[in-house]
Amino acid sequence: MAKLSDLEFLRLSKGKRILYRIGQFFAAIPKAIAGIFIKLWTLIKNCVLAIGREIKDIVTSFIQGDWKTKVSYVVMGFGCLARGQILRGLLFLLFEVVFIGYMVLSGGYWLSMMPSLGKVGPTEEYNLIFDTFVTKYNDNSFQILLYSVLTIFFIIAFIYTWRVNIRQSRMAEKILASGKKLKSGRDDLRSMVDESFHKTLLALPMTGIIIFTVLPIVFMVLVAFTNYDGSHDGYINNLFHWVGMDNFNTMFSWSSANGTQSYAATFGEILAWTLMWAFFATFSNYFLGMFVAMAINKKGIKVKKLWRTILVMTIAIPQFISLLYVSKMFAKDGILNGFLLDMGWIDKALPFWEDPTWARVSVILINIWIGIPYLMLIATGILMNIPADLYESARIDGANPWQQYTRITLPYMLFITGPYLLTSFTGNMNNFNVIFLLTGGAPLNPAASSAAGNVGYTDLLITWLFKITTGADSKYYLASVVGILVFVVVALISLIVYNVLPSIKNEEDFQ
Amino acid sequence: MSETSMKRHMGLKASRTLGNTLIYILLIVISIIWLVPFVCIVLQSFRVESTWQVGYVIPRQWGVDNYVNLFSTNFPRWYINTFITAVCTALLQTVIVLCMSYTLSRFRFKMRKPLMRFMLILGMFPGMLTMIILYRVLKDLGLTQANATPGLILVYIASSGMGYYVSKGFFDTVPKSLDEAARVDGATRAQVLRKIILPLSKPIVIYTILTAFMGPWGDFVFASYISFGNPIGMNVAVGLYSWLTPDQISKSYTMFCAGGVLVALPVTLLFLFLQKYYVEGVTGGAVKG
Repeated sequence: MAKLSDLEFLRLSKGKRILYRIGQFFAAIPKAIAGIFIKLWTLIKNCVLAIGREIKDIVTSFIQGDWKTKVSYVVMGFGCLARGQILRGLLFLLFEVVFIGYMVLSGGYWLSMMPSLGKVGPTEEYNLIFDTFVTKYNDNSFQILLYSVLTIFFIIAFIYTWRVNIRQSRMAEKILASGKKLKSGRDDLRSMVDESFHKTLLALPMTGIIIFTVLPIVFMVLVAFTNYDGSHDGYINNLFHWVGMDNFNTMFSWSSANGTQSYAATFGEILAWTLMWAFFATFSNYFLGMFVAMAINKKGIKVKKLWRTILVMTIAIPQFISLLYVSKMFAKDGILNGFLLDMGWIDKALPFWEDPTWARVSVILINIWIGIPYLMLIATGILMNIPADLYESARIDGANPWQQYTRITLPYMLFITGPYLLTSFTGNMNNFNVIFLLTGGAPLNPAASSAAGNVGYTDLLITWLFKITTGADSKYYLASVVGILVFVVVALISLIVYNVLPSIKNEEDFQ
Repeated sequence: MSETSMKRHMGLKASRTLGNTLIYILLIVISIIWLVPFVCIVLQSFRVESTWQVGYVIPRQWGVDNYVNLFSTNFPRWYINTFITAVCTALLQTVIVLCMSYTLSRFRFKMRKPLMRFMLILGMFPGMLTMIILYRVLKDLGLTQANATPGLILVYIASSGMGYYVSKGFFDTVPKSLDEAARVDGATRAQVLRKIILPLSKPIVIYTILTAFMGPWGDFVFASYISFGNPIGMNVAVGLYSWLTPDQISKSYTMFCAGGVLVALPVTLLFLFLQKYYVEGVTGGAVKG
């Protein structure tokens, strides 16, 4: 699509301008995708270059360093100890001792088992005392995979520490050569609450994130390449093994063995609904929430605080109560249908949760009930920040309220809440609570269910994932594949929007 | 004022009054929609004549039987579990989130940007996926089923550092010149945080405690995984959900309502009481991303 100059753009009629803008947005997408790949390439290139620089530096340090530095290559912390930095030196040494001890005692075993994920499964063995066969449990695939990932993390940490130890030894050597004094252990301790205070502060949160988020995610990504499920749990029933790309092939194949719907088709259906849901849930809340905020903020409206308090009730009350209750209200024998029947407005109960289209519309509508209050609060804060003289001068120029809204309020809101819209869209894609508590995915989609458990018409990818793991077969490998695909979809959307919309590029712009 | 401008003024006033009346009607309708479910749940919790779901709202026979019956079930246990979880989470999570957000807002170190980008990417993975492995690990540690409460606290707080966005947004607005002035006077970075920043951060501390406290009351996924069907270790969400399964609902529907009221009451009151801080946090956080 040809890019117009400002003058040409202004000459267009109103409708054409909007079309032009939308066209520009989509025209920018291929470029954005290309940009992502270019960025990835630069990132990889920079990483390789950085590693190259490090290796070069390690080598030159070894050649140019004195004997204390050279010994540090084998005995970590020796350089520090020999130069009087006892505390640092001892910590380095301790780390090396622990690492070598761990690798010899168990790390080596886990790594050696990693390629096979266990050789001997549970066996039946004859027990003389009880005169019967008892099951003997042998290798544990789950533990092998978990601990080998942990060991790899540990090795990376060790290499990093080893590198730091060399750099410090070399630096200390240079400092002494220039005639300055080294930092003592007391100085190091003091810097923990001063110059290096950020390290102290980050230590605890980052440990938690690495152990409870990074490690499990790496583990689960690896599970996508195994056959780990309920009947191959790695210990009690059967071992599980690497299967390469098999699970991805199953997920992306359009043909299926016994005439049922293929996984690819099921995934496509659920993904389409997930995107549709995220779109409607985000934008219905956004515009209605803004509208309500403007209504409450309007000059002359009294008891503003009361209206806000009533609305935030849905935030205050735990969602599982409100959503579960509302889902029962809309049920076939629920209050709403009962009321409508009593009034004689309908002849038979409305199929809120029984009919696919009804159910989809209902969850979007009920989500408005949950979502508007957040938007109302956010929009209130932003609306108050719009300079009043903007409206004043617009009024003097004869702008009607609709024009004021489209020319001042909306652009301002969109500019400021751009990042929020993006996170809210991806958040809605993974909005487990609303779907699971309202419908549990119902009504059942017979075609899709034949392929992969009880898939319903309102199931999002995330609730499907939950159903797969808690379902009869507990196909963890499949859940893991779905999880990776969710990540890919979310990351793609975020990257495209991030690259196309200019307003959310710079973090510092919003500070 | 001339006659024509007077007329125009009156006309404007009339149209504004009309507009405001329409808005009042709209707000009243919205308020009714918003409050009806909550009124219904309270009314149904006092219904005695039947325990299943019915098509009318006002009880034919009033009483507190449902509330009394709650105490012969596992409900008190669930309530205590959730309360302990919520209090511990509120305290520990606040410390972790504040450490994280303060550091990322105030310090400019080499790994800062990569770290933030890394956590953004991590956040795109569905958190539920990690539950499969965390469950097995916690099970090996003996922190599931009947002992689910400590396990649940661990899971909640461990990764809470990733939710630093809102409070980082707050710290970004505290002027840096304050820090610099104190540093010039010889304060260490730790002293700056303790003596200068923390006293100024009351709103965000309260906001973080409030959201961290409310989280566990509504969490379903993690709690149901970790308690794994054992009624001793459930929290209120999982416990009350189990009363609405098709084979239980006819027995326990009104008890669910009563339990829901008992859970919602303290949380809602606390929230409304501290509403101001919540609003500050939400508005600030969304704007700053």
